[in-house]
Amino acid sequence: MTSQPSSSARPTASKGKSSLKTGAQIIVDTLIELGVDTMFGYPGGVVLPLFDKLYDAPINFILPRHEQGACHMADAYARASGKVGVVLATSGPGACNLVTGLATANMDSIPLVAMTGQVRTELIGNDAFQEADTTGVTRPVTKYNCIVKDVKDLARLIKEAFHIASTGRPGPVLIDIPVDVQVNKTSTDGPDKIDLPGYRVRTKGHARQISMAAEAINNSKQPVLYVGGGVIIANASEELRALAQKANLPVTTTLLGLGSYDQSRPESLDMLGMHGTAYANFAVQECDLLIAVGARFDDRVTGKLDTFAPHAKIIHIDIDPSSISKNVHVDIPVVGDAKHILAEMVKEVKHQPRKRWFSKIAEWKKKFPLRYDKNSSEIKPQYVIDEVCRQTKGRAIITTGVGQNQMWAAQFYHYSMPRQLISSGGLGTMGFGLPAAIGAQIAKPDMTVIDIDGDHSFNMTLTEIPTAVEHNLPIKVCIMNNGYMGMVRQWQELFYGRRYSKSYLSNPDYATVARALGAVGETCDKKADVPKVIKAMLAEKRPCVVDFRIEREENVWPMVAAGKSLSEMDGLDILERLI
Amino acid sequence: MKHIISALVENKPGVLAQVAGMFAARAFNIDSLVVGRTEDPKLSRMTIVVVGDDRVVEQVRKQLAKVVPVVKVQDFAGEPVVARDLMLISVAAPPDKRPEMLSLIEMFKGKVVDLGPKFIMVEVSGPEAKIEAFISACKPYGIKSVARTGTIAMPRAAKTDV
Ligand SMILES: Cc1ncc(C[n+]2csc(CCOP(=O)(O)OP(=O)(O)O)c2C)c(N)n1
Ligand SMILES: [Mg+2]
Repeated sequence: MTSQPSSSARPTASKGKSSLKTGAQIIVDTLIELGVDTMFGYPGGVVLPLFDKLYDAPINFILPRHEQGACHMADAYARASGKVGVVLATSGPGACNLVTGLATANMDSIPLVAMTGQVRTELIGNDAFQEADTTGVTRPVTKYNCIVKDVKDLARLIKEAFHIASTGRPGPVLIDIPVDVQVNKTSTDGPDKIDLPGYRVRTKGHARQISMAAEAINNSKQPVLYVGGGVIIANASEELRALAQKANLPVTTTLLGLGSYDQSRPESLDMLGMHGTAYANFAVQECDLLIAVGARFDDRVTGKLDTFAPHAKIIHIDIDPSSISKNVHVDIPVVGDAKHILAEMVKEVKHQPRKRWFSKIAEWKKKFPLRYDKNSSEIKPQYVIDEVCRQTKGRAIITTGVGQNQMWAAQFYHYSMPRQLISSGGLGTMGFGLPAAIGAQIAKPDMTVIDIDGDHSFNMTLTEIPTAVEHNLPIKVCIMNNGYMGMVRQWQELFYGRRYSKSYLSNPDYATVARALGAVGETCDKKADVPKVIKAMLAEKRPCVVDFRIEREENVWPMVAAGKSLSEMDGLDILERLI
Repeated sequence: MKHIISALVENKPGVLAQVAGMFAARAFNIDSLVVGRTEDPKLSRMTIVVVGDDRVVEQVRKQLAKVVPVVKVQDFAGEPVVARDLMLISVAAPPDKRPEMLSLIEMFKGKVVDLGPKFIMVEVSGPEAKIEAFISACKPYGIKSVARTGTIAMPRAAKTDV
């Protein structure tokens, strides 16, 4: 006997014809039946029966270094592929480590199924070893969760979880599975049909509402399409393009909406909101009709609510009725699937020239483009991103950390394809970038995946570098290393009298760290080296981390200070002075 | 304004926590919440009284409908409904005060359900205002304790039968 079993010598679980199956086998069989071929997860005592079945299951299993990483990977896998992400963790500490990842997915409406082990049914409530009230802890950060008390319900509950996660407004669903339920056997011919009387999804929009919306568009002199991540989730980019081009509408998107509309088109206004473009924000403030599609009027987008789009009639297309008139009063709500609704609207809209409106927009675009100081001798973060965009021809998948790096990645990379930008929008989770790059690269092995990260964001999950190394993933990490929690520092500069309280930490030498973890590590501290360092990075087949030592106190402009109206942007004078 | 919201929910574990958790997470105020079985063993009815302006209550209704095991939500505001609370109240009633007490109970169509040497337990049901009025009327005698159900409600026939 050899001490190292080779893969061919793996003991295989018996696949008898018996009609009795263990819970663990039912889980694996149901996942395969649902088309799952990739999972992310981490073992522990009460999931061992399931891990035993996964030993020889035809599922690509990715073992991260931390459950939070697994959850972000599954999330990004879902964002990049449009499929449901699946993550598995043990009870107690494993389940608790999923919370940040679940909340991240919940805020951004990402289809995710999390499975957690739980202590034996009869021990629940006794403060057993590694017991946590997982459904209690995760209830506020999931679309739905449940605990399985009987192995007979297992197949049905898993199917329901996938159905709930992936339909309507998607979101994470967690199923908590006690270890005895994984071990218990049941006959395989039990009922496993979805039974959810309280869960109904409205897909088709109301025909009259659609006509009213189309008529409002036809009558509008100064319309703006305001597009959110919902359009990407609904795979409705093509319908959006058709509507905008047929009706002749300018289009602005939220952070999560980037990629839903080709930014190289002249009618694209790029991103709106706190760090949006001046031309998008001005257009929203002056429009007479705002057509919101799959967006939710988040405070980072609207600024001060009372003064948001003050002259506009508002159309809101969304699959979630509760997001309509939640923050702003909506004049024409259309509830349903954006893909269907936009396609119907295309039939009813007419082309309007809107010469004056477009020439006004062109003036704003000319006067206040996004700019940075190209003559600086320092490495400007915007320059790095510009160069990454140029060398990848705008066709890479970009993931981000949170903070200035994220806003620059949104402003200076040009997105033209849905699912191209993968960023934590609603929760703003630092540490998302690296595990997200891993998840996205697994979903899209043939694409270039680049994490544009912040130094402090990267610090939070850099433990996942070995995961990328182990799976030979050619991800690239571009650290926009300003040595600061730059976004925190920017707020302290602007609003707290430059008192940089705790927004600085000493960082390790990232190139050395990356190499120690088995990846390629580079440092770039000269502006002149930027193009060739990026070229080398893109040619690299192994995971590659580049530490760009950027201008330390660069700010993100323009900026609408929290609670200010969208038209009150700071930094426009700074942008105007740059040529 | 007070709204009575009635929700049919699946009768499974965790539903109350999901509904109560949603109210807490969205900072909605619950005045009262009653859960009970219905004629269908698979369904329970939750009757929830919330206070808020129309916009808030509209959100409550939509957020409630979004909770997966919630099957149907109705807001009874502005509709003719029968709304009832039930109360058990224990009031000091020494023998010399009993005749007075009994006529009070009579006026409110209450029922004496227990009698001790010093206290008398009364069952009263009716609209919330009547319950409140009975409590006020009992105050001078000395109230020992009160247990109330919160409101349950059903629309009147005229509305549902057409
Ligand atoms: C997990 C988490 N903790 C704290 C924050 C608050 N926060 C937002 S941006 C930021 C600084 C980010 O620093 P860095 O990653 O270096 O990015 P930079 O802004 O410098 O580009 C912090 C602390 C957050 N968004 N997420
Ligand atoms: Mg930083």
